[in-house]
Amino acid sequence: MTATATSRLSGRPDSPADLRTFLHGLPGVDKVGIEARAAALGTRSVKTSSKAQAIDLAIRMVDLTTLEGADTPGKVRALSAKALRPDPADPTCPPVAAVCVYPAMVPTAAAVLAGSGVHLASVATAFPSGQAPLEVKLADTRDAVAGGADEIDMVISRGAFLAGDYAKVFDEIVAVKEASGPAHLKVILETGELGTYDNVRRASWLAMLAGADFIKTSTGKVPVAATPPVTLLMLEAVRDFRERYGRQVGVKPAGGIRTTKDAIKYLVMINETVGDDWLSPDWFRFGASSLLNDLLMQRTKLTTGHYAGPDYFTLD
Amino acid sequence: MPKSSTPTRLAVRKTYKLYVGGKFPRSESGRTYLVDGDNVALASRKDARDAVVAARAAQPKWAGATAYNRGQVLYRIAEMVEARRAEFKALGVSGAEVDAVTDRWVWYAGWSDKIAQVAGNANPVAGPFFNISAPEPTGVVGVVAPPSLLGLVSVIAPAVVTGNTVVVVASNPQAAITLAEVLATSDVPGGVVNILTGSGAEIAPWLASHDDVNALDLAGIEDADLATELERAAAGTLKRVLRPVSGVDYTEDPGTGAMTALLEIKTVWHPKGF
Repeated sequence: MTATATSRLSGRPDSPADLRTFLHGLPGVDKVGIEARAAALGTRSVKTSSKAQAIDLAIRMVDLTTLEGADTPGKVRALSAKALRPDPADPTCPPVAAVCVYPAMVPTAAAVLAGSGVHLASVATAFPSGQAPLEVKLADTRDAVAGGADEIDMVISRGAFLAGDYAKVFDEIVAVKEASGPAHLKVILETGELGTYDNVRRASWLAMLAGADFIKTSTGKVPVAATPPVTLLMLEAVRDFRERYGRQVGVKPAGGIRTTKDAIKYLVMINETVGDDWLSPDWFRFGASSLLNDLLMQRTKLTTGHYAGPDYFTLD
Repeated sequence: MPKSSTPTRLAVRKTYKLYVGGKFPRSESGRTYLVDGDNVALASRKDARDAVVAARAAQPKWAGATAYNRGQVLYRIAEMVEARRAEFKALGVSGAEVDAVTDRWVWYAGWSDKIAQVAGNANPVAGPFFNISAPEPTGVVGVVAPPSLLGLVSVIAPAVVTGNTVVVVASNPQAAITLAEVLATSDVPGGVVNILTGSGAEIAPWLASHDDVNALDLAGIEDADLATELERAAAGTLKRVLRPVSGVDYTEDPGTGAMTALLEIKTVWHPKGF
């Protein structure tokens, strides 16, 4: 099995049946166990100087996101400016990892971010449903890259995945990876729609085998987004994948992470599951919009010694 | 065979907990202290932080409720105080004080839909405008309450009747938390009144410097130096501060001053005649 899977790493699966055999050969997930483990990792107390470092690291890991129908160029410019200087009152506050927008807004954001070191991510491939023909998805991707995006967040076809058509999902990821060229490819599994932990594990491996640089939990557009157990499961998948194939893949939980406390729980989880190698913005990201303000308020509390309020930070 | 004795019934002992966001949590710190043999939660700065979050979350909806509705809720509080008369009495609150407390809630309930007429105005201006001044609530108010139950009600009621929400540090814990039980059963939305039991000197500085608290009522602070310190801390965010006044007789007619002190006047110029 290792041989066929390895050959898949460098190209197409030998046959749809092989891929299915491989994915269904992955060990089942212990639901009770993984939920208990994730909950236990959420009880650590991180204080004072460790907390200050954790907050700065979390800020550097944020993919500052706006994915609304109501996005205007003005809002995207303002968000990009905030990404460069999250706390204008404090020059020691680090910039975020990336800005994440719709393809139509990529040129606007690129103009602000050019040369800053802050990455520009664009969702593509008929985000958020992924229900469009492949040609449309590829054109969407090429547009975003041509506009200046250096990271592409694609969605998988959950419909095809749930119907058991793994080869179609695999081929799509390979095609989008090719279309995105030098840009980093993040593959959104939309775990809230996959139904079971077993499916999340299979989708993670499928995406990594097809060449994903990052696996991402959710679009943020369905009720169930990133949860600690799902993220823990995906961290285990990238750890096992590197052990087996020697290639490191990043993880991005997105949606539903709103507080500093939650963010720090995820950092603890990384440290305990995959170790230092992933404790960097190159290998772990938070897809979030409101999280950043909470991180800034907690940071302000630590630097000034008194509690901060939302009135003193930007709305978006 | 020995005769079975009648079992003695064990007393149900009560722990007085905090009142935050409509719930009765223990202190986040786990601390308690003894007051007249009762266990009382000793609030920490983090309880104050949580209470401010709850008060802020509740504020827009409470201020957005109609004045008529707020009046009804305050009247309901008066009804529920009546129902707990015996319980207050057992805590050493005199019948006359319970009467006064009930009357105070009814009195403020009546003010809810009248304060705008008294504190607001249609201003005559030299120009084609309707010029209207209307009072609006200040927002989240941190309160260090005086020790008596009547004093406590006399600082909470004028703040909440106009649409503010409050975080109160109470120094008479059993009566204050019994009042919280009244509030919890009076249709007062969770978070409108939050009551912390513990030391004003410990918690008030955190409320004074908190960026998300809009006003500070220091009625229960007796140490003049501490009051000055708190006022200085509050200046960082330009909070409205009500200084403590010594020797207040809470049985007297409170007047409208306590309400207007926690209102901001908004003046609108509206063009007419076009």
